[in-house]
Amino acid sequence: MATVTDITDGRGICICAGSGGVGKTTTSAALAAGLAARGQKVAVLTIDPAKRLADSLGLEELGNTPKMVDPALFEPCGVEMRGELWAMMLDAKATFDELVRKHAPDAETRDRILENRIYRQLSNALAGSQEYMAMEKLFEIHQEGRYDFLVLDTPPSRNALDFLDAPKRLTQFIEGRGMQMFMKPTGVAAKVVGRGSSMAFSVLKRVTGLDLISDLSEFFQAFSGMVDGFRERAKRVSELLADPATTFVVVCGPQGEPIEEAVYFHRKLVEAQLPVGGVIVNKVHYETEADLTSGEVQADLSELLDEGLAERVARNFADYQALAERDARNVEHLQRELQPKAVIRIPYLDEDVHDLEALLKIDRYLFASEEQREELAASGAA
Amino acid sequence: MPELLDKRLVFVTGKGGVGKSTISIALGLAAASRGKRTIVCEVGGQETASRVFRRAEIGFHEVEVSDNLWAISIDPDQSLREYLLLQLKVRAMRDMLVRSRVFNYLAAATPGLKELVTIGKIWELAQPNRKVKKAAEYDLVIVDAPATGHGIGFLQTPRTFAGIARVGPVHAQAEALDRFITNHDTTGVAIVSLPEEMPVNESASLEASLTSEIGMAVDRVYMNALYPERFSTGDASELEDALERAEGSARSAVRAALSEHRRCRSQREQLQRLKAAVASPVKTLPFIFKPALDVPSLQRLAGALV
Repeated sequence: MATVTDITDGRGICICAGSGGVGKTTTSAALAAGLAARGQKVAVLTIDPAKRLADSLGLEELGNTPKMVDPALFEPCGVEMRGELWAMMLDAKATFDELVRKHAPDAETRDRILENRIYRQLSNALAGSQEYMAMEKLFEIHQEGRYDFLVLDTPPSRNALDFLDAPKRLTQFIEGRGMQMFMKPTGVAAKVVGRGSSMAFSVLKRVTGLDLISDLSEFFQAFSGMVDGFRERAKRVSELLADPATTFVVVCGPQGEPIEEAVYFHRKLVEAQLPVGGVIVNKVHYETEADLTSGEVQADLSELLDEGLAERVARNFADYQALAERDARNVEHLQRELQPKAVIRIPYLDEDVHDLEALLKIDRYLFASEEQREELAASGAA
Repeated sequence: MPELLDKRLVFVTGKGGVGKSTISIALGLAAASRGKRTIVCEVGGQETASRVFRRAEIGFHEVEVSDNLWAISIDPDQSLREYLLLQLKVRAMRDMLVRSRVFNYLAAATPGLKELVTIGKIWELAQPNRKVKKAAEYDLVIVDAPATGHGIGFLQTPRTFAGIARVGPVHAQAEALDRFITNHDTTGVAIVSLPEEMPVNESASLEASLTSEIGMAVDRVYMNALYPERFSTGDASELEDALERAEGSARSAVRAALSEHRRCRSQREQLQRLKAAVASPVKTLPFIFKPALDVPSLQRLAGALV
């Protein structure tokens, strides 16, 4: 049965995808820490604005370039760090600025864009820009070739698929040439545009106000000189995602809705011909051996505990089992959908995972075989 | 400042996966049962309401899902069309615009436009005199808002646009939207949190951004999914002893009880942290031991919300 090394062996990039609140950041960090402890030089890239990863790794703050996590931190947790763990948090705006600097044909265009009011207000909030910049950064770090393995934590979003078409959307966005035609309807362009569009343009002016249109025009024109560079870059980013050395892992929770989302997302990745390694299900209530009815359990318990307490323990157990049964049903459904790819269950630990020690507990499950996981969970290693 | 459900518009926000959709619907049920004509808006196309109320996809329509309670899934493209029709009055003119290349290019490429028209539609739903023809008035509009991070950007859109379009209709309208969502008498916010380290941290920074950066009123923070305190510390040490002797299912049951006790204790610590970290009142909600949330459990939750 699957361990996470079935997913990562022979690869160089793992992209963790999934909807918000399912433990994507934690899982990415745990995976990176585990691979690093086993001897690789690993970098983990997170996007989360909430600085969660920095918290978990004992780093004061994470910047737009990877920083090495102090290997001494692993010792107290009983883990020998044989490789290196590096971490960074994406700054979408800074990455966008770097990209503009790289692709601007001349200093004047560069400054025109960087100082443009619309660019400055929106380069961070731009639809899809965070997603695209995450992949841009991944590409850049991959190009540098300083790490054996890269783990990318994708942005939290309701629609986990957003980042897949981010390169396309961004190219579409900066295809300023088409825009320029509309903004300067004179000469040859006027003939191409035709009367229909100039009418549309005048209606648009009425709706939005001329000021906005001319500002946008300036914005798009400034970008137009960089279209080719951006398009080429987007193409190469897309190629990297589909590369056999890349693997996608879907992260989800055990409840019905997250499982459905994971199934849907997995299908979409397969449709997009992207390499999917498997699914990691977090916070699973493992099923315990329950060969007895709840009445019988209570009878057994009453030999050990006083009646009131035995009753409460039995009721609590019934609640736990209901959740465990639900989780088992959902995971089974997921397994049927994913065959033969890996489905890895991480149990719902007694403590909240927010420090390195807890992260490394998750790790023990990630890198265990299914049998070892069952054993770990049964022995209460949580 | 009026109570949360006495406002006209309430945004429910928080980190991903904390139960925003569930609480939005439960708040809707609570308001509806108090006789308020209420609508719950989804903005990410996730269709939670249609699943909960077991009906066909709701989409961009105001659909009555329960007594006094409506739901809508706000689609930005349709909001934009509706907005244009209201602006241009003449359908032919709008159709011409919507079909034109220049318009489609702008609509797809303009950063933040989707968010702006979505908030525009939310505003329209919350007006006493609706702009949409023959549309009925709502007493309360509840928005299942995007998660933290995206949420702040989303709510900042009107101000950003008001700044970009210095004059003209877009400027005036964006300003009106911003004024409405930052008016503490009409618009409120409920932040949803979970009794875990990271959601508590995020709730605190979210509250700070919403109040100081955007100037919105945060009325309440819900601490969601708290386990019941089933076992005392005394019980726990008895259980530790019993664990040594227990076998089979009884052992599993005792282990589950000890687990619940540990989680419950750490949850109470997180609850204290949350109370210390936020300025708004904190209200707790119970964990619901149900495989999937149905209308009766939501009704129960609704009772605990106010």
